[in-house]
Amino acid sequence: MPVLQVLDTGPLTTIQDAGRFGLRAFGVSQAGPMDRLAFDMANLLVGNAQSAAAVEFASPGGRFRFDTNTAVAVTGPGVELSIDGAAMAAHLTLEIGAGQDLRIGPVRDGLWGYLAVAGGIDTPPVLGSRATHLRFGLGGHAGRSLVGGDRVPVASTDGAPPIRIAGRDFPKTDHTPIRVILGPQDDYFDPDVIAQFLSGTFQVSTRVDRMASVLDGAPLIAARGHDIISDGTVPGAIQVPGSGQPLILMADAQTTGGYPKIATIIGADLRRVAQTPPGHALLFAAVTSEEAEAALLGCRNRHRAILKSVRIAEFGQPGTARLFGANLISGVWGRETGNE
Amino acid sequence: MVSKARILHCGEQAFSVEIANEIDETVNRRVIALAKDLKADPPDGLVELVPSYRSLLVCFDPGRITGKAMEQALRDRLDRVHSPQESTGALWHIPAVYGGEVGLDLDDLAGEKGLSPREFIKLHSGATYRIYMIGFSPGFCYLGGLPEALHTPRLPQPRPNIPQGAIGIGGQQGNINSVAGPSGWRFIAWTPVKIFAPERPEPFLLRAGARVRFVPISADEGSELAHRQAGGEIIVRPQ
Repeated sequence: MPVLQVLDTGPLTTIQDAGRFGLRAFGVSQAGPMDRLAFDMANLLVGNAQSAAAVEFASPGGRFRFDTNTAVAVTGPGVELSIDGAAMAAHLTLEIGAGQDLRIGPVRDGLWGYLAVAGGIDTPPVLGSRATHLRFGLGGHAGRSLVGGDRVPVASTDGAPPIRIAGRDFPKTDHTPIRVILGPQDDYFDPDVIAQFLSGTFQVSTRVDRMASVLDGAPLIAARGHDIISDGTVPGAIQVPGSGQPLILMADAQTTGGYPKIATIIGADLRRVAQTPPGHALLFAAVTSEEAEAALLGCRNRHRAILKSVRIAEFGQPGTARLFGANLISGVWGRETGNE
Repeated sequence: MVSKARILHCGEQAFSVEIANEIDETVNRRVIALAKDLKADPPDGLVELVPSYRSLLVCFDPGRITGKAMEQALRDRLDRVHSPQESTGALWHIPAVYGGEVGLDLDDLAGEKGLSPREFIKLHSGATYRIYMIGFSPGFCYLGGLPEALHTPRLPQPRPNIPQGAIGIGGQQGNINSVAGPSGWRFIAWTPVKIFAPERPEPFLLRAGARVRFVPISADEGSELAHRQAGGEIIVRPQ
């Protein structure tokens, strides 16, 4: 069985698959990728099923090696990478030889990226999923972040996948306000605090992980107090604890919580929030649920179109991925292969 | 009964059906009954249900049903689902080793309340608890029904590592720790029963709406049960 060797990596590098679904009523959040689009694209580029597991990393990335020749793809907004010191392109199938040094990072235009390997990461599923839930030590590689020296099993494949390339880039990062639906506990806050929330500028603090992004800004004080009877939470919920510092719940967040939730980020904008690194500003704007639904469906269509733009490159099968150095990408053309 | 229920937006892919804003057994029974009804006959586009003390989180896919239609479906259900007169959940007898290394707060709490440890244990094991919800961590049970004499505030500073199986008190609630981790609750006993075991065919033993009683056992009995469980035996069944 092929093995992915971890040489060196940051604290937020984990194995993720699409997520652990249907267990929230038992206190198990879904985990799964922070950026589903980038995760899906990585799997697609190496010919894996959507359900396959890949490596998720946060900037600055890491260094990896394989003990056999294989094919990989690295995705993420503005992610940089090299093989044995030669710059390579992201969003492209890359052949990598046994023992070659794959360096990934940083993620220039965001925070999270993915490394998919042909065949998929083959750690044992826990509760039906290979996704790592760090806080509870579930899934992935012994339930923890990857560290230098780890050897991670990869499923074998029949032959090398064709070289694929993404015909379309990810949606451009814009700086328009993040759209939210107020509630479920917006009535814990006075109208002037809601106005402050919707007109103020917040900054993503350095406290960012797979559970939550904590925001800096003028504190939001809940007139009715910062304790509620604990109830269910969803990714994107903006909790406001007693400090008044809002925190946005993410993939690994606990399934129930006892802080009032002033608003919930709409599904179409959650990926943008996840990819906002510490120090960057966030503004919020309230929309109706109808607007949010329309935005979600539009967003799903755009993501589908981006994934559909992944094509098999048509200029012969090069012997090594070196031909695919970043400078050659513009010369590649492809044909539709559909959403595999 | 005039329903005080509110349907609150949790983004465009979930509603919180808030039956009332209080911790109350009748309210919680209605939450569980609503979840059961929706599970038995799911509206199109329903994805997941998360019952809690007084609310039901209803996750759905707006690609299959609009929020408006889901909200209407939930209102219709609220009209037809009422709180059952009695608790209908399974009753579990959970063996408990009181005191010792895990139940480290037993003597102090008994002292604070002017009880002997024996009287404390009698009160704690004499009550029937209701699992109001599972949350916080995989399988973690929030238990209602703690006798008032045993109510105890949480510690201001959580302890770093409380083991799996620790039985504790936090404010007016009881709990059974499902995974090891930090906790500010006060702990008085432990159970060999693994209420969460991801490798088991049925990973979660308990669910919201079930009832629990604690049965005092000796430390030796506890070790023996733990040993039998490690060998694959099921050491506790519901009634």
